[in-house]
Amino acid sequence: MDTATAAVRAPRRKARPLGRNPLGLLFSAPYLVFVLLVFAYPLVYSFWIAFHDFFFAAPGAQVDRPFVGIDNFVTALTDPAVIRSFGNVGIFLLINVPLTVVLSLVLATALNRVTRFRTFLRVSYYVPYVTASVAVVGVWLFLFNGGGLVNQVLGPLAPDPSWLISETWAMPTIAIFVTWKQLGFYILLYLAALQGVPKELYESASTDGAGAVRSFFSVTVPGVRPATVLVLLVSTVTGANLFTEPYLLTGGGGPNGASASPVLIMYQRGLQQGQPDVAAAIGVVLVALVLAVAYLQNRFAGGRD
Amino acid sequence: MRSKSRMSPADALSETRMSRGQATLRAAVLAAGALVFLFPFYYMLIGSLQAEPDPTVAGAFPNPANLTLDNYTAINERISLLTGLVNSGIFTGGVLLGTLVFGLLAGYALAQLQWRGRGVTFALALLVQVVPFQLLMIPLYVLIARDYGLSDNYLGMILPFFINSTAVVIFRQYFLQLPKELFEAARIDGANELVLLWRIAIPLVRPALITVVLLTFIGPWNEFLWPFLVTKDAALQPLAVSLANYISTVAASAANPFGATLAGAVVLAAPVVVLFIVFQRYFISTDIGSGVKG
Repeated sequence: MDTATAAVRAPRRKARPLGRNPLGLLFSAPYLVFVLLVFAYPLVYSFWIAFHDFFFAAPGAQVDRPFVGIDNFVTALTDPAVIRSFGNVGIFLLINVPLTVVLSLVLATALNRVTRFRTFLRVSYYVPYVTASVAVVGVWLFLFNGGGLVNQVLGPLAPDPSWLISETWAMPTIAIFVTWKQLGFYILLYLAALQGVPKELYESASTDGAGAVRSFFSVTVPGVRPATVLVLLVSTVTGANLFTEPYLLTGGGGPNGASASPVLIMYQRGLQQGQPDVAAAIGVVLVALVLAVAYLQNRFAGGRD
Repeated sequence: MRSKSRMSPADALSETRMSRGQATLRAAVLAAGALVFLFPFYYMLIGSLQAEPDPTVAGAFPNPANLTLDNYTAINERISLLTGLVNSGIFTGGVLLGTLVFGLLAGYALAQLQWRGRGVTFALALLVQVVPFQLLMIPLYVLIARDYGLSDNYLGMILPFFINSTAVVIFRQYFLQLPKELFEAARIDGANELVLLWRIAIPLVRPALITVVLLTFIGPWNEFLWPFLVTKDAALQPLAVSLANYISTVAASAANPFGATLAGAVVLAAPVVVLFIVFQRYFISTDIGSGVKG
């Protein structure tokens, strides 16, 4: 009955409620379902878990999961290992983010103006980015272990204990590794942005007598500012997601938790020790911190646009 | 190498404007960069071919006569490289299939069709790319591994990566560049949208297909955390996971742990590196840049 009345009423309503090509919705439906299932629902569920007493139960079992307010957050934030992991990721970001922005912009600018060996250079800069972290971690373990090539070259300057087993150097070494590994992607973003900087700006800068360094700071840097905001955001989010490197390079965040990342702690608390509710709370806090950092970056680097 | 005569006028102009010193400095920076980026890969290959690990400087330039494939046999005895490669292939293949089929459909709808919800869908495709995985890790594990019972299952591995959002945005970008009139004319002739997409739109965006395949391939092939969480059965683990397990647990007991690890690393890295070198000209800055920022 309903369909019949709807059919009668339809012409009176505004024609085509779904737009001119409703087929577009059908074409996008699988993607929308995917986003709902894999992003939207888990996102909401994550907050729900963080505020309830949640534990793993046999599939299909009916269990009571009472609301516990901020208990999980209290458990998480009174855990020294959690606090330390946030500090570690702070150290990581302080080294990784500025280094990433400076190196990728300098290399992209140099690469943009080069005519010879361009393909070779492009390929060599992108190769670490396209290769699995697990694979390159193997080489870094070899390069940076106690008697490894890096210490052989440094000789008496080599730190003792060595890089990855030193409480001081473990986190900076991981930050350098990730900078090296991801740099190609940011060079790519900056190369794209450099194509959008008008040539005339460089020409007028050079007629005004500006040298290469001057025009880099007064034309290139402001010209690629939107890309810089993007690079800051993506490198911060990537850094907050750190897991594989401390898990493999420093044998699970060692020594003494000096390189443990929040995601590593989430894995240990949530899946190894069966406290997914505490792990979800750590995740919520981490994302809140990332959003705060991203807001500040945008505020100071984003300018008025 | 390109000769001066084949340089574009603009290049020649910038070449003359730049002093010799600046050009030298630029070349030095670029060459140092290339060395820093490439050396670990060279060292990976050399290390995988040495019978004994030799971390001295001389060890980086060994006598070719002393090289051996023993490390590859050694790692293959601990973790089956072939099984790992097949599993990585199935995981990656599933994601490629989902991204190509449903990503193309969504990208086409976003670019060429007028429908309600189009703007929201596009905004979602951009937003999804910055949602941090650490927020999703626990709920996805609870849902996929526990509630749906998809741990140790290819579907469980593939599901969170099934449609790559960056690919959707890149497809949209390419389809936007096609003239609307082309499609209007065919529609008047009564062609349906699927035929239009298959016969007209897709053949015109072939370079986008290669860019997307490259970009999508490296995600699941290199992914460690998610397949590590949902596969405990060694027979189902992608190579990145089985190699990581080898590094973190078994390596200590091997005769030449570095050699075997590096041999595994070469096997894991080789398919992506080769694919990337062959198709590097499709890995274009402007496309991928627009895929992230819209």
